[in-house]
Amino acid sequence: MENLKALSYELRKNTVDIIRNGGGGHIGGDMSVMEILVELYFEEMNISPEKADDPSRDRFVMSKGHSVEALYAVLAEKGFFLLKEVLDSFSKFGSKFIGHPNNKLPGIEMNSGSLGHGLPVGVGMALAGKMNKSDYRVYVVMGDGELAEGSVWEGAMSGHNYGLDNLCAVIDRNRLQISGSTEEVMKQDDQKERWSAFGWHVGDIKNGNDIDELREGFKEAREFKGEPTVIIANTIKGCGSAVMENKASWHHHVPSDEEYAGIMKDLEKRKEALL
Amino acid sequence: MKNTVTNRKIICDVLMENAEKDKDIVALCSDSRGSASMTPFFEKYPGQSVEVGIAEQDLVGIAAGLAKCGKKPYAFSPASFLTTRSYEQAKVDCAYSDTNVKLIGISGGISYGALGMSHHSAQDIAAMSSIPNMRVYLPSDRHETRHLIEALLKDEKCAYVRIGRNAVEDVYESVEKCPFRPDKANILKDGDDAAIIACGEMVYPALEAAKLLEKEGIHASVTDMYCIKPLDVETVLKVASKARAVITVEEHSPFGGLGSMVASVLSENEPKKMKILSLPDSPVITGNSQQVFDHYGLNPEGIRDTVKEMLDR
Repeated sequence: MENLKALSYELRKNTVDIIRNGGGGHIGGDMSVMEILVELYFEEMNISPEKADDPSRDRFVMSKGHSVEALYAVLAEKGFFLLKEVLDSFSKFGSKFIGHPNNKLPGIEMNSGSLGHGLPVGVGMALAGKMNKSDYRVYVVMGDGELAEGSVWEGAMSGHNYGLDNLCAVIDRNRLQISGSTEEVMKQDDQKERWSAFGWHVGDIKNGNDIDELREGFKEAREFKGEPTVIIANTIKGCGSAVMENKASWHHHVPSDEEYAGIMKDLEKRKEALL
Repeated sequence: MKNTVTNRKIICDVLMENAEKDKDIVALCSDSRGSASMTPFFEKYPGQSVEVGIAEQDLVGIAAGLAKCGKKPYAFSPASFLTTRSYEQAKVDCAYSDTNVKLIGISGGISYGALGMSHHSAQDIAAMSSIPNMRVYLPSDRHETRHLIEALLKDEKCAYVRIGRNAVEDVYESVEKCPFRPDKANILKDGDDAAIIACGEMVYPALEAAKLLEKEGIHASVTDMYCIKPLDVETVLKVASKARAVITVEEHSPFGGLGSMVASVLSENEPKKMKILSLPDSPVITGNSQQVFDHYGLNPEGIRDTVKEMLDR
């Protein structure tokens, strides 16, 4: 098995470079969601550039679309496009690589950006799978701040109503949003109880930046029948470097030269420790 | 009223005729299957029907997800809610993501009469037309509705269709005599004095108005512009070029609807004296559809009088 733990740190470095080159990006959430994306794309999901149009491929929706820089790094590593293309053009005039997912790019199913859209779309994808008797699975990644959107709960209701056990939602529970702590902006604990009350099977991952724990969570979701699963992945915003960890001000931030040096040093150090 | 068959029933009929052989056709309702006349479809094709409850955002998001996985979803909801509550899903999940979702706005315009402005959709043409990649259609009668839905079943782009709640008089004698061409308006009557361009339920009274005008020696053309977006610019210019005045008629706000679009085409190409006949920029007076139309001059006599005013006759 490839060392996905180390790969996550390598891809964090690429993500930081994408953000620096583009002059903007949602770095905090990119860092918190990285292991979730790496585990999904390199282990859990049946998705590859060769199968980009295969009807039986798993479907992925990045509902927290602002973390697109992390998704670009992962999709480039997966071979959907070249990292160099992203580095050269992200957010630049005329670029295909914009600041939110755009399905004109290979590997991206749905456009997102406005929060709260992904879960209903995922419900539709999962319903289509059931109707077609296809056994693909659908994965939707949401942020925790995003859970204030009412449409998320409309999707939650319908996912349960139709017993969509081919649907797995993942919440990047990093507990920070642009204005500060999620609990101060609009308190939401206990998410586990909320999703249970909506009829979902809930997976509670203590360390959502740990590949092993995520793998166990996705396995459980796959095996659970009769209801959709939500995985609440407790992550660290800005995960990977003390320069940015758990700082709301890094929700959207371009590292200065000094910050960049510190971040890259930290990321490399953590990566090497995992090799 | 000779015709009693509603446009919504025709949509259900067309979908049912095709659902047997095309298992990808899916109907979605938001507790609106009765209003949409879709109960027979839901009963006959439960495996191709999705009820989402009173949740319009979910309705359109789910439809987009279904479409992305090869289904041909038809999402039904009152036009008022469909084009405002789920506006962002229409914009992002349908148009921007380029999914094959057909949004069917039922009970459009002021169909709901005395239920008030919360239930009226006098803004839907403006709202939906301004979304890139969204098409907007307002068929004038049951025969055109049939042609339109049959045509939409064959394409893979999203579209918004607005229909009213009540049965409307036939504009066309039969399905066969409705000369449907995708995105091409129908010139129902020629005339060089004035050009009346109407859409949806306003086409029939426009045609009646032209008949009244003929009796007074005024020759007005009448165009059924069911395709609001993409607007049939060629036909607009064709009928306008011959006329001394252009009158648009629509069951919509005065802003951003058929009149606004025709006005922008004419001002750029063929400036003409023009009048936009529409609902007012205010909650409409209480009444059933016909009472409201009569009150605002959206009836044969009102349209006739407006045309005469424009021609100083």
